[in-house]
Order: sequence, then structure tokens, then C-alpha cells
Amino acid sequence: MHVPPPMAYFLQQLVNGLVLGSIYGLIAIGYTMVYGIVGMINFAHGEIYMLGAFLALIAFVALSAIGLSSVPLTLVIVLVVAVTFTAAWGWTVERVAYRPLRNSPRLAPLISAIGVSIFLQNFVQLTQGARSKAIQPVLRGGVTLYGGGDGGFAVTISWLQIFIVVFTTVLMIGFTLLIARTSLGRAQRACSQDLKMASLLGIDVDKTISTTFVIGAALAAVAGMLVTLYYGVIDFFIGFLAGIKAFTAAVLGGIGSLPGAMLGGLLIGLIEAFWSGYAAAEYKDVAVYGILVLVLTVRPQGLLGRPMIEKV
Amino acid sequence: MLRTPLREALLRPLRDGALAGFVALVLCLPIVGLPTSETANGLILRPRIPEAIAFAVAVFLGRFALGVAEAGRPRPVALIALLVAIAAPFIRFAPEFSAALAIGGLFVALRASLLAFPTLAGRITGGVKIPPVAIKRAPLVILALLVVLPLTPVIDRRLLDIAILVLTYVMLGWGLNITVGLAGLLDLGYVAFFAIGAYAYALLSISAGLSFWGALPIAGLCAAVAGLVVGGPILRLRGDYFAIVTLGFGEITRLIAINWSSLTSGSQGIAQIPRISFFGVADFTATPDAGRHAFHELFGISFDPSHRQIFIFYVILALALAVNAFIARSRKLPLGRAWEALREDEIAAQSLGLNLQRIRLSAYAIAASWGGLAGAFFAVRQGFISPESFSFLESAVILAIVVLGGVGSQLGVVLAAIVMIGVPELVRQLAEYRMLAFGVAMVAIMVWRPSGLISRREPSIRLGAAP
Amino acid sequence: MSKLLSVEHLTMQFGGLKAVNDVSFTASASAITAIIGPNGAGKTTVFNCLTGFYHPTHGRIILQREAGGTVELQHLRKHQVAARAKVARTFQNIRLFAGMTVLENLIVAQHNRLQRASLFSIAGLFGLPAYKNAEKDAVERARFWLDRVGLTASADVPAGSLPYGQQRKLEIVRALCTEPVLLCLDEPAAGLNGSETAELARFLRELRDEHGLAILLIEHDMGMVMGISDHIVVLDYGRKIADAAPAVIKEDPAVIRAYLGEPEAA
Repeated sequence: MHVPPPMAYFLQQLVNGLVLGSIYGLIAIGYTMVYGIVGMINFAHGEIYMLGAFLALIAFVALSAIGLSSVPLTLVIVLVVAVTFTAAWGWTVERVAYRPLRNSPRLAPLISAIGVSIFLQNFVQLTQGARSKAIQPVLRGGVTLYGGGDGGFAVTISWLQIFIVVFTTVLMIGFTLLIARTSLGRAQRACSQDLKMASLLGIDVDKTISTTFVIGAALAAVAGMLVTLYYGVIDFFIGFLAGIKAFTAAVLGGIGSLPGAMLGGLLIGLIEAFWSGYAAAEYKDVAVYGILVLVLTVRPQGLLGRPMIEKV
Repeated sequence: MLRTPLREALLRPLRDGALAGFVALVLCLPIVGLPTSETANGLILRPRIPEAIAFAVAVFLGRFALGVAEAGRPRPVALIALLVAIAAPFIRFAPEFSAALAIGGLFVALRASLLAFPTLAGRITGGVKIPPVAIKRAPLVILALLVVLPLTPVIDRRLLDIAILVLTYVMLGWGLNITVGLAGLLDLGYVAFFAIGAYAYALLSISAGLSFWGALPIAGLCAAVAGLVVGGPILRLRGDYFAIVTLGFGEITRLIAINWSSLTSGSQGIAQIPRISFFGVADFTATPDAGRHAFHELFGISFDPSHRQIFIFYVILALALAVNAFIARSRKLPLGRAWEALREDEIAAQSLGLNLQRIRLSAYAIAASWGGLAGAFFAVRQGFISPESFSFLESAVILAIVVLGGVGSQLGVVLAAIVMIGVPELVRQLAEYRMLAFGVAMVAIMVWRPSGLISRREPSIRLGAAP
Repeated sequence: MSKLLSVEHLTMQFGGLKAVNDVSFTASASAITAIIGPNGAGKTTVFNCLTGFYHPTHGRIILQREAGGTVELQHLRKHQVAARAKVARTFQNIRLFAGMTVLENLIVAQHNRLQRASLFSIAGLFGLPAYKNAEKDAVERARFWLDRVGLTASADVPAGSLPYGQQRKLEIVRALCTEPVLLCLDEPAAGLNGSETAELARFLRELRDEHGLAILLIEHDMGMVMGISDHIVVLDYGRKIADAAPAVIKEDPAVIRAYLGEPEAA
């Protein structure tokens, strides 16, 4: 297959962007679901994702220590471990730091969430160390679309990248069906309309909110595991930036909207990849913050959200 | 309080405690119990399972004890918890475990004794009755102590350094209190103005040769202009959106400082920022440059390197007091009342003819200018600045001081700054745990008192004592 | 009675729903005009259009100025309605500055005048006499209204700690402290008991008769509406179905149908 070098470069950025975007999308779902139901920005969600990455890392190291060599089995076990333990953290955070504040002034839960975020960062730093942690690649190799023989740019899609995009796509489809078809999804939609009314109609609001946090944390854990696989290096601080980017994704897509979170995630991933590829890479984070500021000021309802009417 | 039968008083707490302990075990087992460690052959695990289990047991005991106290038996619980807290440092296990046991024990003891003596609890939560004279005089006494502090023999270089640091945070806390406390806007990017002021002074003094005293107002002005430009479009946003946008602004400022190397020398930072002078009249050196005076010659005293530091202490004291005086004054002005009215109910305030945009902008820009002044001070004191000093964490620390002290309370900010900045500096072993404690304290205080520790508000005008 | 406010072909559309549909009416100076109608008839939406909270899809809202000339409210933003057109309002669910004292609530209502007197805080910051005098005036105005509604003793307590009925009164006098030409009251008697309602009716009548104030009133308490209104506008499903004096409204078949034909009408 012959691809001209500029095209190849473009394709490479596209693939990078899709991979990043899928990961952001997974985290963004957690922000958007919680905002939809409780109306708060779960500032600590980025840290939950960081915990997910660390739990995945610990599982990887433990499995390689006992000499497990089957890649699929490793991936399954790591996934289960990371998801289970991260979900437990998500549940606890809601129970301890947010539930008592459900009827407090609007900013109290946000401040509490910042507190949780600072706590988790420092907790992991103290227990796991401040230095970045690297693991050996688990999935190697890939497909070379274009060799770059005549001095051009080589385009490679690694198996890992394909795995990430396919896995997140399947996960998101399954998740969308779960929300659309099950009673849990119905309860969530009812709660997002009116918490008090939902509870009057016999919906267990506490349980629905808890479940929402657990699901959000589980998806963030998947994102954390994928990032650990993809970059092979993590540290206790990765949650902050990823959290902001995923939140930006949720806002861009329209906070409260699940398809919006996925779309926003992809867009942010693509913007970041193309900005790095074509504009000044060192300003890629500035670009994301810029989008955040711009969307919130110009179109706070995002791409797929509905505008709100001020109630007087 | 209702006293339930013993069996019942133990059974439910036992169940709650078991659940809490189990959850703690699940949470801690991998993160605490299986730390990874770097070796030449990659990462390995160095298990600390007993520690993780010990933490879970501690959580179980704590929850159980609280449950028993709440079920009507607070006195024995308070006593036992206190004994545990005292014995904790002598347990030869892990130092973290001892610390957790001591802090947890104290907490349980405190909670239980509040339950045991409800009148005491009422008095503490309802505000201890301090005679009004004491409240009026206290700040004056503190001020007098501060003024003579550098001259007393007990103070050494390190203590004075800590005092200067604490005062810097007090000034920042007071400045941020204008936005957060009075105007009710959660600003998560206050450090941006601190950075702008610091860079403004550093660049003006190095490239334009301006002295600290000449550059100080310009630094404040730069920050205020930045506040006006940024604040303009974002002040209509709802509270939490506003918070996130300001966070973005803070981070953008830091990233620009890192990447605009031609101006800011990037992450290397700017070194050799000119030192402070005695109001431009004299320098704090043993041997002044040609045509300059030395401070000690001016006053006919012998040279002492601590003179500059003492002078710096008085500068930050004066700056902090200026912020405080400004706030005290503006609270009694239409503008200050309008800030508070918009915090209380922005819809009602607008229906009374208050221009939300303009009033909020004034709060934001004024707070920004104080932040800028603090930044210029920071730069002249350190002699070196780099983007590292202006991360989001710094904003969070300033916010934490405001929130922990009690939003809107000036005295609260001072207390919080001493506890959160001063104490960890004094006790270096604690420094490692400082941020951890910060996080826990923010959550705990929000859960316990969503409006902050000192939430009493003094009316800005009284009908009885109207002017 | 001279015409103070005229609403012409007011329409407010939210998506596909016309909450207010081509409504026209007038309100006179020194008169109480009531807007009534079943729940969801669009009464509060009319208020929100009048006071700048909504910008109407169509129509004009014209207010006569004291100094002559007119001002069109539909273009003004929330704070401009109070500051420039001198229209003040209260809210269905009371909106006080709960953490501030009663007196402070009334001082805030005089913000624009005081802000000018303090030369946008500069004179105030240095405590110049011009500002001190203005503040004294503001306190006197507040004291006058507090005396009128019997809240003087509570002047220095937080507004949020007042009992419900007094909070309603405070919200009304706070609006009065802006020195309005038109006062819009959104269900001022909601939640009040019989004697409190009677007291409120007497107070509104005094405002009209002694102070020459024009009042626009949304109210469900028909006894009060019929007792004090000079003129009643009836809305149903966003449309105006009647517009006349109380005695005529009582007999209007369309009004009776709107109320009795609607099972949820209060």
C-alpha cells in the first residue's frame, strides 16, 4: 500500500488520537454520570483513575512475580483486580465524603472532592512512592501500514492500540445498552430529573447513587489499566491532568449526556493528538484548558446537552 | 441520651465496625499492603500485609468505639480511646500505624467526650462565650506581639523565616477570602495572580531596573488587569463551572510560564532577582555599591545579616495588615455588602438593581491585585522564582486555609495558616504528612461544618449603632 | 388614573411551549392590578418578562417614566429593570439574603444610590462625609419601612432567622427601599394565615393610597384579590381570558370555566 508521507503522518496522529480519546471517554463517563445525578463535579475522579492504574500495575507485577505468562489470562486477571478494588474506592469516597453533603451549599461537595483528591494523591505517594513506575510491555508488535522506506514517516498501529480502541468500543456499547435497558438505568434517569421525587416513587436513591459511583470508578479503572499498558509508566500525579481532560471531554460533549461524554472524549483525544502533531506540542495542555474555558463560557450545555432555563 | 441495653449497644456497633474494617481492608490491602519497589530488574513487590491488616483493625476499632459511644456509653469509650492514643507511640510496629492509632484515638476520645458532656459540646459548637472586650482586644495583642517578635531574643533565623512564610499565606488567604468568603466565588486559580505578580516584579527589576518599591504597584496592577480580562467573560458562570474555569486559567498561566522561555526562562526559573532595599534609600549589605548607602551606616549600627530578614518580616506584616484593613473597610461599604448579597442570592440581588457582572468583577480583580502584591513580595524574598511554585496545589493550599479557617472569617485564616503552614515547618517529621492531613481536614470540615470552622458573621451595620 | 405600564402582545416561547401567548394589558398608577389564573397559566412568566429575567419572544412592555417619556422593559437586563425603570419585585419562594441582617437587606436594596455617594467606593474607603450622610439617609429609609411593618426590633438579626410571615414582609419592604414606581408581588400571601393576610391587604392598600404606588399582584387568595384590586387580568394556558374590575370578573363565565373546569385549580 502506498501512502504519501503527509497522509501517513495524518493517519498516525489519527490513531494516536483515537486511542487517547477512548481512554478519556471512559473517564469522562464517570464525570458525566455523577454530574447528571447528583449535580456535582467529582473532582476526585481523576484520582480514582490513578488508583485504577496503580492497582493494575500492582496486579501486573504480582502476576509476573508468580510467573504467569499467558497474555489473555494476565489481562483478564488484571482487569478484574483493578476494577474490583477501584470500585471499592469509588464506593467509599461517595459514602464518606459526598453523601453527608448531599443537602449542603453547592460548593461544599466540590471542596470536599478537592480534599479527597489531595488525600488520594498523597496517600498513593506515601504508600507506593513518589517515583514513576515502569512495567514491561505486555502486548508487543503491530501492523505497519506504511514502512516509511523513502525517507517518509512510518505508520504503525500496534496490537495494543487496536486492542484499546476495540475494547473500549465494545465496553461503551455494552454500557449504553445497560443504561438504556435495565432498571438501574431507569432509576438513574429518574434520579437525574428529581432526587426527591425519585425517592418518593420508591427508588432507592442512596443505592442508585452508590451504584453510579461504583460504575464510574470501574470504567475509570479500565482506563487506568489501559494507560498502564499503553504508556508502561505511571506515577501518583497522572490523575490530575487526565481528570481535567476527561472533565473537559464531558463538558464538551454536554455534561450529563453519556453519548456526549464518549464523543467529547474522542474529540479531546483527537484535538490533543493533532495539536501535538501539527502545532506546538508543548502547548497541547493549554489547548485543552482553552477548550474547557471556551466551551464553559460560550456553550455551557456542550455539543449534545440541553440548555437550562433559569428557574426563578 | 437514651441508654440502650448493653447487648444492643454492642451488637450494632460491632456490625458497623466489621463492615468499616472490611472495607478498609479491601481498600488498603493492595495499595498499602503491596507497595511496588524499583530494582535493577524492574518493579518488584515488597509486601507489607501486616500493616494493611493493622490499619483495617484500627478502622474497625474506631468505628466500633464510636458506635458504642453513640449508643449511650460515651464515658468508658472516651477513657479507653484516650489511653490507646497515649499508648500508641510506644507500640513497636510501624510508625504510620502508631500515628494513625494516636490520631484516631484522640478523635474518638474527643467525639465520645462531647457525647458524654452534651453541655460542653453545646458550648463548643454554639460558640464559646468570649467577652466582647477580649474579642476586640485580641487582634491588637496579637499585633503587638508580632511587631516586637523579631526584636525578641527567642526568635532565630529559622523561626523568623517560618513567620514570614506563614504571614505570606495569611495575606494570600485574606486576599482569596474576598472572592471566596465575601463574593462567594470559588476561585481555584488564585495562584495565577500570585505568579503574575512574582514574574512582574522579577522581570521589571531585572530588565527595567525597577526597585521593589517601584515595581510593587505595577505588579499589583498587572494582576488586577489579568483579573479583569479573565474575569469578564467567566463571571456569569454557575459556581462549580466558575471554579473549574479558574482552575484552567491557573494552569494555563503556569504552562505559559514554563513554555514562554524567552520571557520567563521556562522551567529553569528566574534567579538573582534584586534584593529588597530600605525604601530605596539604603541597601542591606556590608559593603554598598558606589553611590549607594548601607542600612547599618544610615542608622549608625553595626552590620548584621539578619537586618534584611527583619525588614522583610515587617514588609509582609504591613502588606497583610493592609489587606485586612481593606477588607474590614470594604465590608462596610456598598460594594462589600453587594458582594455578600450576590453570594447570598444572586437572583434577588439583581432584582434590586445590582449589576452582577460588574460587582463580581470588582471582587475578582481586587483579590487578584492583592495576590499580585503577595507575588511580588514572594519574588523579592526568595530571589528566585520558577513555575514550580505556582501549581494548582498552591491554589488548593490557599483555598484550604480559607475554607478550614471558616469562609469569610479573617481570624480563621490566621489560625488555619499557623496550623497548616507553621506547624509542619516547625516539626519537620510532619511535613511528609502535611498534604495528606490537608485532604482529610478539608473533607472532615466540610462534612462536619459545611460553612467552615468559624462561621459567625459580624453585621456590617447595626440599627442601634448606625453612624 | 393614568396609565403607567402597558404590555402589548407579550409572547414567551420555550421550545414548543408558549407559556405566555399574545397577552396585552395595562396597569395604572396608584392602583393595584392583579394577575390571576389557574396554576401554570403563565403568571410568573409574565413577571419574569417584566423584570428582565426572561426576554420575551414577541411583544413590548412600555413603562411611563416619572420624568416623562417611556422606557421599554423587554430590552433591559435584570438589574437594569430595577436601576433604570424602577420596577421592583418579590419572589414566589422568598429570596432574602438569609445570612445578612434585616437592616443589611434593606441597605443592599439602596445599593446604586449609595454606590454613587461613595464615589464607587473611593470616598467610602476614606470615610468622607458625603458618603456618611448618604448612609445615614439609607438607614433612615430602612428604619421608616421597618417601623411600618413592625420589624424594627429585629433589625440586627439575620434575615433567615425570621419567622415565615415576617420574611414575606421583609421581602416587600426590601423591594420598597429601591423606591420603585411599580411593585410586582409574586404570591405575597402564600403561606400566611388569615390575620397576616388581612394585615398584608391593609398594607398594600396604604401603599397605594398614601404613597401613590402602582402594584402588580399575582395571588391565589381570591378573597384578598377581590378585596384590594382595582383591576384584574385573568390568564389561562398563557392567554388572557378576561380583563376587568373585580365585580365584573366574578361574573365572567370564561373565568368561572377556567377555574371550575380545571380539576387541579386551587
